[in-house]
Amino acid sequence: MLTKRIIPCLDVRDGRVVKGTNFEGLKDVDSPIELAKYYSSCGADELVFYDITASAEGRSIFIDTLKEAAHEVFIPLTVGGGINTVEDFARVLKCGADKVSVNSGAIKNPQLITDAARLYGDQCVVISADVKRVDGEFRVFAKGGREDTGIEALSWIKSCVDRGAGEVVLNSIDTDGVKGGFDLEMLEAVSNLVDVPVIASGGAGKIEDFVTLFKTLPKVDAGLAASIFHFGEVNIADLKQELKANDIPVRI
Amino acid sequence: MVAVIDYGVGNLFSLCCSLEAIGADSKVTNDPDEIRSADKIILPGVGAFEDAARKLHESGLDQVVIEEAANGKPLLGICLGMQMLFEESLEYGSYKGLGLLKGKIEPLRGFVPEGLKIPQMGWNKLIIKRDNPLFKYIDDEAYVYFVHSYYANATDDSVVATTEYGVEVTAAVSKGNIFGCQFHPEKSGEVGLKILKAFCEEGEI
Repeated sequence: MLTKRIIPCLDVRDGRVVKGTNFEGLKDVDSPIELAKYYSSCGADELVFYDITASAEGRSIFIDTLKEAAHEVFIPLTVGGGINTVEDFARVLKCGADKVSVNSGAIKNPQLITDAARLYGDQCVVISADVKRVDGEFRVFAKGGREDTGIEALSWIKSCVDRGAGEVVLNSIDTDGVKGGFDLEMLEAVSNLVDVPVIASGGAGKIEDFVTLFKTLPKVDAGLAASIFHFGEVNIADLKQELKANDIPVRI
Repeated sequence: MVAVIDYGVGNLFSLCCSLEAIGADSKVTNDPDEIRSADKIILPGVGAFEDAARKLHESGLDQVVIEEAANGKPLLGICLGMQMLFEESLEYGSYKGLGLLKGKIEPLRGFVPEGLKIPQMGWNKLIIKRDNPLFKYIDDEAYVYFVHSYYANATDDSVVATTEYGVEVTAAVSKGNIFGCQFHPEKSGEVGLKILKAFCEEGEI
């Protein structure tokens, strides 16, 4: 049986992890490589590197970071941020990424999903959707959650999967940062809609939130979080032990 | 030296990083002479069978691999590279493989129970069926990382490990000097590195 995946997300700018981290014993707490190695040793099942630089110079530093990470950790790496063309896919895939997540780039040009899936396979293309409730419907937001696109989220996500996206990261803006638990209602709607893996993002504050997620919604494949891992509020090894104690299949 | 065959399919960067990490003397190559002079061969592969089989054939490297395998040189196929070791694939048609192992590559859809997602993507347990040199550094029920929509339906006794995805699915094969993993050892953490080490380390496998 496939295990439920636990995925830390690292926002990287100029070769450093932003948002800060809080680990005793790490020599360089802002180093994405140190952090990637640490998470991998704790049992993280995958890592997401999110490139939040805008400049070309930042892009090339990010690529160096990615290459270095691929030399140090041997679990799947997903790269997101600034992916607008199939050339952007190529750029990160040849430097160690296994999957590429698209968000605003796909909203601007949905054909990007079709083209990338044809070139690199469905398993490589991840649609990341930032979703918020507006006027009684789920709405897709762009530009890091700042801009309401007016697009209804469920039909958008379905259309992305139909175009060849092999995985969905659903980030609920409504629960993000609140630390009150994942957005189960939104996640249920999406996991009933598509037959590709769904990754829950936004809202986890404690270990029990992951237990509730996988107990309530067995169709959800993975839980993603950033700051609760970075600040040590949730330790991945402890989290996986607790999931196992609750009969949720995990890799330990 | 371990020759990693480059026939224009998929991305060898991660595989090379992992071979580097285990200290293997490896080289990515499409040079027949280099492949012939290597001690061992890795046949990687990601993507669609037909495209990969055609590229391997057009490069002429299929014959080199078949000859070297016949000479007894250890050969490890990874993911699609493993599938290519078989006689035939039914992925979008019917295409010939290298025929080094008996059986066909068939879709997971229709084989695994309804409701399971395809591709099988993620970490699953190895169920070791028979002792094999590939497993000498790992334990039964170790987790490895899979990404695949097709599986090897082996018709001889080459299956040495399976994984449970509603039904038992071929995870690793071995016959004489021929080895194959459906999963990605280069993405399977320490367990994967140990499997690569077992194959690559100097001397007989």
